Amino acid sequence: MAEVLVYVDHVDGAVRKPTLELLTLARRIGDPVAVALGNGAADTASTLAEHGAVKVLTADAAEFADYLVVPKVDALQAAFGQVSPAAVLVPSSAEGKEIAARLAVRVGSGIVTDAIDLEAGDGGPVATQSVFAAAYTTKSRITRGTPVITVKPNSAPVEPAPAAGTVEELAVTFCEGATGTKVVARTPRESTGRPELTEAAIVVSGGRGVNGAENFAIIEALADSLGAAVGASRAAVDAGWYPHSNQVGQTGKSVSPQLYIASGISGAIQHRAGMQTSKTIVAVNKDAEAPIFDLVDYGIVGDLFQVVPQLTEAIKARKG
Amino acid sequence: MSLRIVVTVKYVPDATGDRHFADDLTLDRDDVDGLLSELDEYAVEQALQIAEDADGAEVTVLTVGPEDAKDALRKALSMGADKAVHVEDDDLHGTDIIGTSLVLAKAIEKAGYDLVISGMASTDGTAGVVPALLAERLGVPQVTLLSEVSVDGSTVKGRRDGDAATEQLEASLPAVVSVTDQSGEARYPSFKGIMAAKKKPVQSWDLSDLEIDAEEVGLAGAWTAVESAAERPARTAGTIVKDEGEGGKQLAEFLASQKFI
Repeated sequence: MAEVLVYVDHVDGAVRKPTLELLTLARRIGDPVAVALGNGAADTASTLAEHGAVKVLTADAAEFADYLVVPKVDALQAAFGQVSPAAVLVPSSAEGKEIAARLAVRVGSGIVTDAIDLEAGDGGPVATQSVFAAAYTTKSRITRGTPVITVKPNSAPVEPAPAAGTVEELAVTFCEGATGTKVVARTPRESTGRPELTEAAIVVSGGRGVNGAENFAIIEALADSLGAAVGASRAAVDAGWYPHSNQVGQTGKSVSPQLYIASGISGAIQHRAGMQTSKTIVAVNKDAEAPIFDLVDYGIVGDLFQVVPQLTEAIKARKG
Repeated sequence: MSLRIVVTVKYVPDATGDRHFADDLTLDRDDVDGLLSELDEYAVEQALQIAEDADGAEVTVLTVGPEDAKDALRKALSMGADKAVHVEDDDLHGTDIIGTSLVLAKAIEKAGYDLVISGMASTDGTAGVVPALLAERLGVPQVTLLSEVSVDGSTVKGRRDGDAATEQLEASLPAVVSVTDQSGEARYPSFKGIMAAKKKPVQSWDLSDLEIDAEEVGLAGAWTAVESAAERPARTAGTIVKDEGEGGKQLAEFLASQKFI
């Protein structure tokens, strides 16, 4: 069976969920060969093997952490040369997309970004995308070279499928430009203990109606009662009430959870672009005319300062 | 020495309008108004600020697109850019991301540059990979997705807020930069700026000016093919209730009925 390269997103050896989803999709096309780079790369092997990786190519070098993107492209290209894969799958993070795009142009391949599904087709893999603020669903194929596809989080179930997961060290030669952009300082994001926004099964978001940074505490309390991630609309982020890393929408993160709860969010197109593929949508807003109500499965026209704390209490009571 | 800044901008369909596909599965541009991609306004803004701080600088805005795309260039010129380049050719219709990056890279080289500044993504395709592709093709450092950017002599510095960490980046010019919507509010064109823009030069180049074969671009030359596009079915109308004091409890019941609790 053909081999499929899967780029591994991990933090010091802990594999992030979108990569496990990629392994599920990769198995529809061929045998997954995982590429893990940087600190802790070899520690990813057992998790990757449990989820179907027949081989794990690892490389660690200071360059991966000290310089932006290009050293990782060099490594993925080395793996590409070694494996001659039928396709390359990369998680659709900002960095993942940049790595994939540069690899594609280097190896003379077309690219599809932000796929939400993937299936085997007669002429190679067919990728589904959600475009124009999720107004359309398209299916695309790569017509030249080896398909390079980046896949959004929550696009496939994580399915254990034990495989050999043989670890091999990957020999990487860095190109001249690999050290072009130096990372002079790095401040890791402080963990909130909540799930990652793009990976969470439930997202609770607040917008302009939350009316102040301190009021986000009630959004966070609801999120914690559900084990959810916290999101914010652009209006709330621009007002400085919540960090940009939590922004849901066209210029922030795009989320597709099982449940999305929008509080005090009107539902401008830029926000809808980032959340309308959520499976179940719930909104609380004072304004009955807010466009968010066009999207909801369940909407409450009311004051979020009344409704949200009452909801949080009711959830806690049910959970006992 | 004068700092030559090239800002890549895109003319995109208004996201608040209804966007559709044409029969050939490219964007139907007849049905919806176009404008300068909002995210590119931040790139123009940062270019202007860097130029203002530099000891002699020139800002060129560059776009690849149909006749109407001149509107996007005019907007950038009225904000304060010095001149514009419009790459226009009938054979460009349907060009994919890889092809677009080829055309932009050739045009940037022809224009001459020390710094390329792009928006983080277009508001239509939203892939966000063109800046990285430009860096790859031009063989210069990529300093992308910056929420803060500055140029100090021949060094560009910036802050990149990633998923896991915030990074301070540094590279030597020439380089390709992309900026996010957190980089700073974009200025509005002044009346004076709008009047001045009418007199600023807009150069038009076609594929032959860039020594690109028609086969390398356009729908036929694309390395990716859209095979089908289906409008997303309208959501079935949900339940909407007015809070009479028990709204939170009612919502909890709904969530329990859907097995979220």
